[in-house]
Amino acid sequence: MSMAEGRTADALVIGGGIHGCSAALQMAMRGLSVTLLEKDHVARHASGVNAGGVRRLGRDPAEVPISQAAWELWRDMPALVDDDCGFAPSRHIKVARTEAEMDAARARVQELNRMGFTHEDVIDRDTLRAFLPAAAEDCLGALHVAGDGAALPFRTTIAFKRRAETLGVTILEDCPVAAVERRGGTWRVTAAAGSFEAPVVVNCAGAWGGKLARMLGDDIPVKAHAPMLVITQRMPKFVEPVVGALGAPLSFKQFDNGTVLVGGGVRGIAEPDANRTHLNMTGLAGNLRTARDIFPIMRGANVVRAWAGIEGYTPDNLPVISSGGAEGVVHAFGFSAHGFQLAPAVGGIVAHLAMGETPNLPIAPFRHDRFAG
Amino acid sequence: MSEPASPDLIVVGAGPAGMAAATTAAEAGASVLLLDDQAKPGGQIYRAVEAADAASEAVLGPEYMAGRPLAAALRSSTVTYVPDAAVWQVSDGREVGYSAAGRAHLVRARQVILATGAQERPFPIPGWQLPGVMMAGAAQTLLKSSGLAAEGAVFAGSGPLLYLVVHQYLQAGVQVAALLDTTSSANRLPALAHLPGALRRWDMLGKGRRWMAAIKASGTRVVSGVSALKVLGDERASGLGYRVGTGPWREIQSEHVFVHQGVVPNVNLSFAAGIKHRWDERQLCWHPLTDAWGRTDLDGIAIAGDGAGIGGALAAEAAGRIAALGALRELGRIDAAACDAQARPHRVALEREGRLRPFLDTWFRPADHFRVPVDDTTLVCRCEELTVKDLTDVMEIGLAGPNQLKSYCRAGMGPCQGRFCGLTVQELMAREQGRTPEAVGYYRLRPPIKPVPFSELAMLDADDTANDG
Amino acid sequence: MFKRITPESAAQSVAFDFEGRTIAAWPGDTVAAALLAAGETQFRTTPEKNRPRGPFCMMGVCFDCLMVIDGEPNRQACQVLATEGMRVRRQNGAAEIGPDDAIPGDGA
Repeated sequence: MSMAEGRTADALVIGGGIHGCSAALQMAMRGLSVTLLEKDHVARHASGVNAGGVRRLGRDPAEVPISQAAWELWRDMPALVDDDCGFAPSRHIKVARTEAEMDAARARVQELNRMGFTHEDVIDRDTLRAFLPAAAEDCLGALHVAGDGAALPFRTTIAFKRRAETLGVTILEDCPVAAVERRGGTWRVTAAAGSFEAPVVVNCAGAWGGKLARMLGDDIPVKAHAPMLVITQRMPKFVEPVVGALGAPLSFKQFDNGTVLVGGGVRGIAEPDANRTHLNMTGLAGNLRTARDIFPIMRGANVVRAWAGIEGYTPDNLPVISSGGAEGVVHAFGFSAHGFQLAPAVGGIVAHLAMGETPNLPIAPFRHDRFAG
Repeated sequence: MSEPASPDLIVVGAGPAGMAAATTAAEAGASVLLLDDQAKPGGQIYRAVEAADAASEAVLGPEYMAGRPLAAALRSSTVTYVPDAAVWQVSDGREVGYSAAGRAHLVRARQVILATGAQERPFPIPGWQLPGVMMAGAAQTLLKSSGLAAEGAVFAGSGPLLYLVVHQYLQAGVQVAALLDTTSSANRLPALAHLPGALRRWDMLGKGRRWMAAIKASGTRVVSGVSALKVLGDERASGLGYRVGTGPWREIQSEHVFVHQGVVPNVNLSFAAGIKHRWDERQLCWHPLTDAWGRTDLDGIAIAGDGAGIGGALAAEAAGRIAALGALRELGRIDAAACDAQARPHRVALEREGRLRPFLDTWFRPADHFRVPVDDTTLVCRCEELTVKDLTDVMEIGLAGPNQLKSYCRAGMGPCQGRFCGLTVQELMAREQGRTPEAVGYYRLRPPIKPVPFSELAMLDADDTANDG
Repeated sequence: MFKRITPESAAQSVAFDFEGRTIAAWPGDTVAAALLAAGETQFRTTPEKNRPRGPFCMMGVCFDCLMVIDGEPNRQACQVLATEGMRVRRQNGAAEIGPDDAIPGDGA
């Protein structure tokens, strides 16, 4: 693919994580010519190293419609991107260890039901023991979704990338954006590989989305943090569902190969401009204690590696999915460490916005200017 | 014992570089914490040296005994020496994480010297994963630590350590079935360019030749020009198959096979710390970037010894002393002039020890086909049981580097974290993609660099663990 | 077979159990060394393909010598000093924690 290709396009996507690739794909599916610029390589950051949870459970109600729509797509990834993405369905369970947590869970389900959402329910102690035989005795029940799952994040993002390229999207890597200017109805983006022009620019720059937003004329507060994960040596299979906790941040999953992934959003230090993260092992300790408290068998585990991705967080931990202030600007970033499952559907929303149409899903809670004042 | 809450200096590794660095710094009054994962000091080269006697010297050689004064000096110094301590992290802020006696600790120091030494280079041949196959360094460890030797073993490969071990076996009166030498004759001409420098250490050259002469004189079968190897046996090694040049496959029967093709820096800790490295085309491995004092691009963190680049035990000792002096200067315990003056004799030693290195590296450069196997059924990632073919199948996708393999196969994700597959995977990818090894890069290593018990990490914030007595 | 090249020292040897067989270890032996001296070379089977493995590097960096020692899995036999009365068994597959094995950290 020569450098000259893709210089002018119907839409320029900045950022090659899963959201950028999903947006590019959906626009290409609708016949737009798309060029995507990625400053490192596709899936280098959060999209490539997250826990891979395909989760409707526990979402802010504002995200549920998008999450539901995404779930429908997750159920048949080969149809969308010609790759199974390593997706496997599984229950998601958020364990309650106090009566207060159980009460809160029931209240939440009631509220969701009232809003018309029925994917979550509360399970009691006996049902929990059936689903999680290895869970500690003091687990009282849980918030639960039967139909959720997990996938391989790097592989998934690459699958979106490749499908997009098959539909004619030009994806340039090692191509950071240096400058952006608006010239008579068109956006002109100067990047490492030269200049690109398009009437629409899509900001999928993740933790760097705030910086790009400013170049596009919008002031959107986004902070880069580095949520940490650890992986263990192989253990005998003891848990099927993906597990969290209502009373503490926890993300817990055992792969088929027996290794166990433990996270929970405990933050290391992100250095986004250096593509570097610094791990905070002391901070992880509480996270690991929660895992061990819920699954005592973890006392026999060994941690083999820790890492952190660079994620963009907004003040309310909800993403920015909206048109920008200026014409031809679309934002889809700031997913605050829970954007992976949403991506297949967010791409469609972006495509609608890029084409000046009303999106198919409600996005009022995700306006870019909601932080002002 | 009680560790200093925040020592002036933490040294990781109690081989020659680590012992020398720790002792030098302590002698100048610095508070020093020395952490080592073995039960006794000495590292690999001087393993079990404190227990060595005249009988050991007769078998292992006089050079081995040079470790005794180092260990003695360590013991009589004020260094807080913690053996059986597995260091799993050195952060770029000089926070050292380690596990000892069932607890994980974090200690921050003003200066850190990494002296984690070397490991043997991977030697992927068909069947190298079978029980009964070990590295030549393993044979030497068993000899030193337990006085154990395998009767009628086959030794195969290339490099000074291989010949030394065979020589030590013969000195111990142990019969060796054969020495199959894979040293490539194609190396001779390029190596000759380094001969003038090598001849200035004709004593070391002479020593190597004496080993070889003794091996041949013993009647041990020596086969040169070995171009291919494969381990025989299904559930365990029963022998070694080999070819000379383009000749037919021959076999040597043995339950014990020892292989070796050189040593490379053990870089997991330095990479995980975020230290910059460069690819060394002569030693075919990664070297952390260090200056004349062993300092890396990270403030207050230096590397000394084979962990910075292979130089041998005496060079490691000199480098350890130099790094300690540099640390002492940064701590304000000696001034620049004293530092330079005291470093001078060690620089002389370092230069002297380095004279033979270019010749050795070139002469014993492992052949391409022994670094990247031709037989695609050969296991590359031992931990995750992945063959050359498993990897090249994935590489067809077109990946940026070894880190992108992770989503498709588990290369490098096992407990050894790439120590025995990283170089092979990198060079395999370079070959497949027509790129240089440096461009392909290495696994992105993160702490912990050794598996740490979950329960230990879960208690890491329990109390001020640095003050544990 | 591995043989000892030094005379047996006066210091006390230790005996440990390996899958029902009593293994005599010399002072300073690691579990791996003692097992090799006793003619054992297979220490585990791999989790994916159930293939036999034994000690390889003897310096704690290859992680092929993983055994279950006193009920604790994933112990590197080349790094563990043999002690009197130890219970050592092969680690077959991923770490199996049996009903009678102690979970490390119990009571901690």
